[in-house]
Amino acid sequence: MKVEVEADKCIASGQCVLLSDAVFDQREDDGIVVLRVNDVPSSEEDAVRSAERICPARAIRLTTSGG
Amino acid sequence: MRAVVVVGAGAAGLTAVETLREHGFDGRLTLIGAEPHAPYDRPPLSKQVLLGSWEPDRLALRPPGSYTELGLDTRFGRQATGLDLPGRRVRLDDGTAVAFDALVIATGVRPRRLPGAEGVCYLRTVEDAVVLRERLRSARRTVVVGAGFLGVEIAAAARSLGSTVTVVDPLPSPMIRQFGPALGELVRAAGEERGVEFRMGVGVTTADAGLVRLDDGTTLAADVVVAAVGAEPATEWLAGSGLDLRGGVRCDAFCRAADGVYVAGDVAANPDPATGTHRRFEHRMNATEQGRRAALNLLGHDEPFAPSRFFWTDAGDIRIQAAGTFADGELTVVDGSVADGKFVAAHAAGGRVTGILGWNNPRGFTRARGRLGAPAGEGKSTEGKVLT
Repeated sequence: MKVEVEADKCIASGQCVLLSDAVFDQREDDGIVVLRVNDVPSSEEDAVRSAERICPARAIRLTTSGG
Repeated sequence: MRAVVVVGAGAAGLTAVETLREHGFDGRLTLIGAEPHAPYDRPPLSKQVLLGSWEPDRLALRPPGSYTELGLDTRFGRQATGLDLPGRRVRLDDGTAVAFDALVIATGVRPRRLPGAEGVCYLRTVEDAVVLRERLRSARRTVVVGAGFLGVEIAAAARSLGSTVTVVDPLPSPMIRQFGPALGELVRAAGEERGVEFRMGVGVTTADAGLVRLDDGTTLAADVVVAAVGAEPATEWLAGSGLDLRGGVRCDAFCRAADGVYVAGDVAANPDPATGTHRRFEHRMNATEQGRRAALNLLGHDEPFAPSRFFWTDAGDIRIQAAGTFADGELTVVDGSVADGKFVAAHAAGGRVTGILGWNNPRGFTRARGRLGAPAGEGKSTEGKVLT
């Protein structure tokens, strides 16, 4: 499973980081989301699905492509 | 259960229908919304949309095809006018009725009107935002009544668009209800720095024909008057239904207002164990969280609703984020400093951290949220300035 984020939508809520700090982080200056990894480790898949759902800016998108 | 009706097509209603489908409900699912649009996001209305950096089409919460994919019977532009609880039917303004086995009420709020006012703008819908944006673009003098989140955001936008701006509120400081006086004074100082004038501690008696009369006898001339003086739950359609409508639609800890009837979002009056009464959470995050919880409980996954109480406001270039509650306690800076314009503060009451607040410090705010619920004294000797 892969994950993408749209930084220009992000409102720096940090909800994703609370769910998975292995996958998501925030820029120090403005809190905008940054990905630590693009390929989601299987142990983090549920957390990343929750993050996609809960993101108040809907800035997280999951893709299942294997590429 | 064959039919579920969700009344209210905002973030809470949308999350409810999505959760129902995601968790296997394959019966008839109807989403009713009074506005003519598919669900859209409201927080950007008072920010990006007012400033003109986003066009309204960016607000859609889902692509148009999503509603077909979800197998929804959508009734956008249709107002619910009544609830027949024993007959399990919602009546609509076109004279039809929709039958349900279970119901989710997510009708939200509408702006409280300013008494004694004519020609005043309000901001709730996308249409409101577009009208206000056009008016602010040509306004020379704007008066904003109300210094809560929305009023301060509107004032910041109006100032950015070139208008002089005065904010009027009978309370002593901006955002005082949310955060108390010390943080309110920081909000005021930040606003004043960019040229917003605050007239605090004074109410509005009348507003019409471009003249706002204050209760201290003075008047303010304005091309545009905007009122942001709170909101009222949209429950008129539920009158006589038998539901408890004191302060919203009252529900229990499971978001349940009656057998098979659930409530979510701004309209829901949730039990508050801390005070023994009920309260509404008018926060974007709550709409999503409660929409989901209400839908899950409707399907029998019974769990009490545990809101994260996360909310935010962008007051011009100041981003304030908060989680928890901020009443009757002490706010202490725990990271960064007020002087640097970037800090995190912890609110403590009853010996526990009840709230975490970030001021232009989103990453610090996220890191500090783990302190919620912790004993208040922890690490205090190394910590900074008490704000309240």
